[in-house]
Amino acid sequence: MIEVKNLVKRYGDHVAVNNLSFTVEEGQIYGFLGPNGAGKSTTMNIITGYLASTEGEVLINGHNILEEPEEAKKCIGYLPELPPVYTDMTVLEYLKFVAELKKIPKDQRKKQILEVMNLVKITDMQNRLIKNLSKGYRQRVGLAQAVLGYPPIIILDEPTVGLDPKQIIEIRDLIKSLGKKHTVILSSHILSEVSAVCDYVMIIAKGQLVASDTPENLSKLMLGSNTVTCTVHGTRKQLVPALNALDAKEIQYENTPNEEQIKVKITTEKDKDIREELFYALAKANCPILELTSSSMSLEDVFLELTDDSGKAARKLKKAEKEQLKQKEREKECEPEADKTAVGEVSEEKSTDAAESAAETKQEEGDAQ
Amino acid sequence: MTAIYKKELKSYLTSMVGYLFMAFTLALFGLYFTAINLQQGYPEIGYALQNSAFILLIAVPVLTMRVLSEEQKNKTDQLLLTAPVKISDIILGKYLALLTIYVIPVLIMCLYPLLLGTHGTVSYAVSYTSILGYFLLGAAYISVGVFVSSITESQVIAAVVGFVILFLCYVESGIANFFPEGAGSSFFAFFIIIALVCLWIGSMIKNPIITGVIAVIGEGALTAVYFTKSTFLEGKIQDLLGIFNMAGHMDNFVNGILDIGGVVYYLSVIAICTFLAMQSLQKKRWN
Repeated sequence: MIEVKNLVKRYGDHVAVNNLSFTVEEGQIYGFLGPNGAGKSTTMNIITGYLASTEGEVLINGHNILEEPEEAKKCIGYLPELPPVYTDMTVLEYLKFVAELKKIPKDQRKKQILEVMNLVKITDMQNRLIKNLSKGYRQRVGLAQAVLGYPPIIILDEPTVGLDPKQIIEIRDLIKSLGKKHTVILSSHILSEVSAVCDYVMIIAKGQLVASDTPENLSKLMLGSNTVTCTVHGTRKQLVPALNALDAKEIQYENTPNEEQIKVKITTEKDKDIREELFYALAKANCPILELTSSSMSLEDVFLELTDDSGKAARKLKKAEKEQLKQKEREKECEPEADKTAVGEVSEEKSTDAAESAAETKQEEGDAQ
Repeated sequence: MTAIYKKELKSYLTSMVGYLFMAFTLALFGLYFTAINLQQGYPEIGYALQNSAFILLIAVPVLTMRVLSEEQKNKTDQLLLTAPVKISDIILGKYLALLTIYVIPVLIMCLYPLLLGTHGTVSYAVSYTSILGYFLLGAAYISVGVFVSSITESQVIAAVVGFVILFLCYVESGIANFFPEGAGSSFFAFFIIIALVCLWIGSMIKNPIITGVIAVIGEGALTAVYFTKSTFLEGKIQDLLGIFNMAGHMDNFVNGILDIGGVVYYLSVIAICTFLAMQSLQKKRWN
């Protein structure tokens, strides 16, 4: 759908986007996550053809945005950071203008404008001048503009900025429903938004892609292990033998204000779910579980770690990813009937990564020193 | 293009600036028409047009100042530049909308010869040729205004710079007279112009060797011409400045000559300025 290859954007000496590459597949909601000034808006402006990149190229459905701009732009609806509305027009006039600008056939214009106005709930405002609308409504008009013509790709730059909590929820639901028919890319620095809406997250820091995966995988990858915390009614004497029998990496005991209760933190291998085993073990020892929580790293932690010290954390993530790949490969070796093409892909990736990983481990050693 | 044309035309016709423009041009023309044609009984409206044309120096920059700078300031250019339209369509749509606003007072002016015709013999051919000249002059001014508006985000700067450029072009013949006719002054002026051009090239390509080579070749050729055939340079600086004399090209039209050279000149000015406006929008993306 969208292919971004080695994108670089320089403003004088300042590098806003640094060698960014990614692909966007059809029918998913992608989230661009990054702190202020990470290069999210710049990247979006380049994808939509508003800015030109210093190096690298962008392909939209196979059309290069610089060489065939019209074909490429036809596939995209874009809501920039500031909704690009003409304040001296009414909502209806504005949407009519956009419909004509996007070359929607004349007989469909009216119908589409009505549909889109219903979608973002601005039908009541259609005859108001845009300069008299609040920020939230302007944002919706901007969104209506992006959706108009139902382009296959919809790009939204911080779509919920300036909205009240109720509107934010509405817009999120709207984006989710758009994601069923369109590919949606949205940028945000609000984590809960991205984890709530997006199928896939790309974290950008200092103009570089530091991580890209589903929100769940990202938190799993970063953690590297699984942690279960439980509060148990019983004494240490009862607990220790029961828990030592479990297959756990590390067990920590903590006293609670209540003398009869003990808090236990159990860390296991990352793909192991110990909760059931734990329940039976403690049941046998006659120690009822009062509370049990399984904690994996939240996206927030991932984000903070990645953007804080992007180099180190990114390497950690890459390492984790590679481990996962290796493991997958091992699994596939065990099952000879597995899809051959898939194996090919994996091994290919691995070979290209091999040199990199060597360099990284060296670098990491350097960091440690 | 039609979408932008319609939108732009509508915005001029629903705000004050379009009507103010029409009112001022018509009012000033009316003043000169009363003085020259009605009071003195002169049958051609050419002189009234030529004398009132200076109002365009102020009216056109005020009309054109917002056409592209406002879009850049309000970031609405993001909509236009990410929509499936060519940059040339954006500029042409806007230019044609401005031209339409300008055509309205010109069409009203077309009624004046008919009015004079009811009181005596009027050469309609001469009258309408001079109106054509007036129209072309204004069309060229508007293209300059569009270009100036494309290079800045500020409407005030667009208006002021537009006025200064048009004013300098208007008083070009006066400026040209500052220079003596002799070859020495032309040599001196061209020497400075070539040096400035080389500095500009140097800042663009950032390569001192190539810039130096261009400078040496340019200045060398100029010096060679000056010492071997100095008569060639006589009056050349006046000729060069004459290119910018937009109002002067109207003289032939006022005198009733359908000057093809003049038509080509004005069309070239329009083509160059709209092209530069397109390039300036294009360049913004590469900054």
